[in-house]
Amino acid sequence: MLERLENLSALYANPRRFMNLAARVHTPLWLVAVGVLAFGLFMVSGVPDDYQQGATVRIMFVHVPAAWMALFAYSFIFFASLLAAVLRHPLGYLAARAAAPVGAVFTLVALVTGALWGQPMWGTWWVWDARLTSVLVLLFIYLGYIALWEAIDDYGRAARATSILAFVGFVNVPIVKFSVDWWNTLHQPASVSRFARPALHADFLYPLLVMGVAFLLLFLAITLTRLQMEVLRQRLRVRQSAG
Amino acid sequence: MTGRPIAMWPILRALFARELRLVLRGGHLLPVLAFVFICVMLMPFGLGPELSLLQRLAPGLLWVIMLMAVLLSLDRMFQADFEDGGLDQLLLLPIALEGAVIAKICAHFVGILLPVLAAIPLAGLLLNIHPDAVLPVLATLLAGAPALVMLGAIGAALAVGVRRAGLLTVLIVTPLYVPVLVFGAGGLARALAAPGMLDVGALGVLGLISMASLFLAPPAIAAALRAGLR
Repeated sequence: MLERLENLSALYANPRRFMNLAARVHTPLWLVAVGVLAFGLFMVSGVPDDYQQGATVRIMFVHVPAAWMALFAYSFIFFASLLAAVLRHPLGYLAARAAAPVGAVFTLVALVTGALWGQPMWGTWWVWDARLTSVLVLLFIYLGYIALWEAIDDYGRAARATSILAFVGFVNVPIVKFSVDWWNTLHQPASVSRFARPALHADFLYPLLVMGVAFLLLFLAITLTRLQMEVLRQRLRVRQSAG
Repeated sequence: MTGRPIAMWPILRALFARELRLVLRGGHLLPVLAFVFICVMLMPFGLGPELSLLQRLAPGLLWVIMLMAVLLSLDRMFQADFEDGGLDQLLLLPIALEGAVIAKICAHFVGILLPVLAAIPLAGLLLNIHPDAVLPVLATLLAGAPALVMLGAIGAALAVGVRRAGLLTVLIVTPLYVPVLVFGAGGLARALAAPGMLDVGALGVLGLISMASLFLAPPAIAAALRAGLR
C-alpha cells in the first residue's frame, strides 16, 4: 500500500515528463470538452418547455453543473494540496493554485445564473436561502485562498500557507452548510416548499448529465492549461533567482 | 538532550504574563473599544433613531459588532512579534509551538475580548436593548468568543508578515465566522422569542464549536506560523 502511494507520488513528479504529457493531452482534451459542450447545448435546445417554468427551465442546464463544479473544484484543491503536503508531490501546490480561479468563476456562474433564474421564478434576484448563502460563503473562501496566494511573494511560503487554508476551508464548507440549513429552517420554513420541484423527468435528466460531463471536461481543460502556465512561471522564477 | 523533563507550566505561565502585559501596555484595547462604540453610534444614523426598531435589532447588531471588533483586534496578534523577532524565539522554546500559541491567544482573550464583552451591556443600553435580552446576549457571546479568537488567529497567523495583512485576515476569517454567527445570533433570536429561558441547544452547539476550535485551531495556527517563519 505504502509502496503504491510512493509510486503515485512519483507519477509525473518530474515536471518535464508532466509537461511532455500535458502537451500531448492538451489539444485533444480541449476538443473533446468543446465537442461534448456543443452536444449538450444541442440536447438542451431540444428540451421541451416546462409546464410551470416555461423556457427559463433551460437555465438549469448551466446553473446546476456550475454548482457541481464549484464544489468539485474545491475538493480538487483540497486533494491536490494534500498530495503536495503529505506525499511531497511537486505539482500539487501548482495544480491547486491553477484550479482556484477556475472554481471561483464556476461558483460565480452558479450564483449569477441562480439569480437570473430566481428573478422570473421567485420574483426576486436573491433570497437568503440556505443554499444560496452557503454558495456565497464558498465564493469568499475561494477569494481568500486566491488572495493569500497573491499576497505572499515567496513561493514555498505561499504554497504551505495556502495549503493550510485549503484544509481549514475544506472542514469549514460542510459546517457552513449545516449551520446555514439550521438557520434557514429557523427563519423561513414556508418558502422552502416554493423551491420544491418535481423529480427530474428523463427529458431533463440526460441533457443535464451531458452538460455536467461537459463542465467537468471544461474544468479539466482550463486547469490543465493554467497548470502548464504555472509550471512555466515556476521555471521563470527559478531562472530569475539564479540570475 | 538531558533526561530531565522540561517543566511546561512555568514557561506557559510566564508567556501568558508577558503577552498580557504587552497587550495591556500596547494600547491595543482602546481602539477596539472605540470601534465598538463608533459602530453603535453609526447604527441610529443608518437605521433611523426609532427606539422600538433599535430594540428589535440590538441583539443581532451587538453580535455583528462584536464579531467585527474581534476581526479588528487580530491585526496585531502576531505581527509585532513577527517584526521584532519574538516569533522566532517562540519557535526556539523547549515546548511545542502549539502551547505557546495557546498562551498567546489566552492573553489576547483576557486582555481584549473580556473587556470588550464587559462593554457590551453599555453598548446595548445605547441601542435601547431590552433588559431581559442583556443576559442572553452576554451568554451567547461568551460561549462563542473562544471560537472567534481561535479561528481568527488562524487567519492572523496565515497573513503574518504580508502586505496589508489586516484586509487579508478579514477575507480569510469571515467565512470561518459564519457558523459561529449563525448559532450565536440565531440561538439568541430563539432565546428572545421565548423570554426567560436560554436556548440550550444553540448554546450547546456554540460551545461545541468553541471547544472544537480550541483543540483543532492551535495545530493549524502553529503550522501557519512555521510556514511564515521558514
